[in-house]
Amino acid sequence: MSRLLIVAEHGAGNLNASVAKTLACALELKPAELDVVLFSADGAEAACQQAAALTGVSRVLSVARPENGAPMGAVLAPQVAAMAADYDYVFGPSTTFGKDLMPSVAALAGVPMVTDIMGVEDGRTFVRPTYAGNAVDKVRVPDGLVVATVRAASYKAVGGGGSAPVEALELDIELPTHSRFVEIRAGSSDRPDLQSATKVVSGGRGLGSAENFQVIYSLADKLGAGVGASRAAVDSGFVPNEMQVGQTGKIIAPDLYIAVGISGAIQHLAGIKDAGTIVAINKDPEAPIFEVADIGLVGDLFKLLPEIEAAL
Amino acid sequence: MKVLVCVKRVVDYNVRIRVKPDGGGVVTDGVKMAMNPFDEIAVEEALRMREAGHVSEVVAVTIGDKKSQEQLRTALAMGADRAIWVEHEEAIQPLGVARVLKALAEREQPGLVLLGKQAIDDDCGQTAQMLAALWQRPQATYASEVVISGETVRVTREVDAGLEVIDVDLPAVISTDLRLNEPRYVKLPDIMKAKRKPMDSYTLPDLGVELPPLVERLETTPPPARTGGFKVESVEELVATLKEKGLV
Repeated sequence: MSRLLIVAEHGAGNLNASVAKTLACALELKPAELDVVLFSADGAEAACQQAAALTGVSRVLSVARPENGAPMGAVLAPQVAAMAADYDYVFGPSTTFGKDLMPSVAALAGVPMVTDIMGVEDGRTFVRPTYAGNAVDKVRVPDGLVVATVRAASYKAVGGGGSAPVEALELDIELPTHSRFVEIRAGSSDRPDLQSATKVVSGGRGLGSAENFQVIYSLADKLGAGVGASRAAVDSGFVPNEMQVGQTGKIIAPDLYIAVGISGAIQHLAGIKDAGTIVAINKDPEAPIFEVADIGLVGDLFKLLPEIEAAL
Repeated sequence: MKVLVCVKRVVDYNVRIRVKPDGGGVVTDGVKMAMNPFDEIAVEEALRMREAGHVSEVVAVTIGDKKSQEQLRTALAMGADRAIWVEHEEAIQPLGVARVLKALAEREQPGLVLLGKQAIDDDCGQTAQMLAALWQRPQATYASEVVISGETVRVTREVDAGLEVIDVDLPAVISTDLRLNEPRYVKLPDIMKAKRKPMDSYTLPDLGVELPPLVERLETTPPPARTGGFKVESVEELVATLKEKGLV
């Protein structure tokens, strides 16, 4: 029977939503033991408790060290690699946190890595996207430790209600001092996080300006939705890059995705393939977005959006 | 300070990918190949560092068959000073690449190694971090701004939550994100000039590198297609449909 470790992302007292989805993938391997590790400076008690409540978790391990105050791949990797000796699998989420960290872990452990697992065939065979999701590879990993990231958009979060023990873990290893966290500049927002929101409203080049994006925010707030944007809207300076949805931005899978003034470039579609229902609103009836949208509405977005808001 | 820039030959990003009917990968015969776009950004950044006086030499590196020299010539035409071609005909994956790059880093002693955050063919996004781990040097991934001051570099990173700023000591590995810069266009005279720039070649045994076992690709298939739905005529119809589905 196998042992599996998930490296959990957390911040501001909360477990990242990607962890419950990574767990869903991990449970498909039916591990005998499934541990979740959190690295922090202060023990991250609240986030540890959230992890302990997730279905299928055997233990939550908390590694508290001053160096772990900010999650830096170069600092965390030697710690995860030291723990990896006790496991058959080490998984992380396909967030920038996991994507930065896990390759370093694999290299230190001397094994190759699987990026973006979107399906499990058996204990050593996985399915993952390549070419921005335009091809899907079935791959088999060689013998030994399996290190991987899990594509959160491919999995539904496991439920809560569990009560795994939370244990403090001390790792007596020397950590590098060559990398130092300075600050994080986050776009402050009360709206749902783009990557975990069940509804997302996105705007594209059709919005025309940063001011006009207000109609997107307004509809999103009415729906309780997160707000995204196409790369064209980001490149035009309407919104910051962390709102970008697509191959070069965030890959998301909300139940409802409303694309407004977005033509539907391949690179954008790569980010919404797993959305439940896609609604497209565009004045061009020939826009490629209509080829993938479940529901299309042709017309002037500045006229239609207020009407939709009023009708809700 | 010397900068090592790593470039990969991939299917051009404008090409619509077609999966082979027998499941043996994607069609590459007769398909336009190019430098991985993220690597192009890495080359551009190295050149700007040299133009700003922080860097004395830009060395472009690739691993691959003879055709991969074309991408080195592109890097030289953009302005790199010399190139290193590591000859290798068979498949190679990120951990193997990282071992090769580590061997070259030890030989060349660069202050910085720059590479794209991922290659747009396999989408692994692993090589930079693996090199950093093996070389035991800092990794600054997803860079959208790089400022060199003395023996440290301040890197702004594009992370899910926004922009993260970190300081790393040199030598370091930096992986480039899309918005770091806009690569220059190559002019014809530069292409001619690039032909005369030096290109060293090595084999894996020359570098003393042994490749790790590969992740075996069993089958490649097209993704399940999303079929389009229907158009509604009015806002009322749209809202009614969404309510029916329980989405609003």
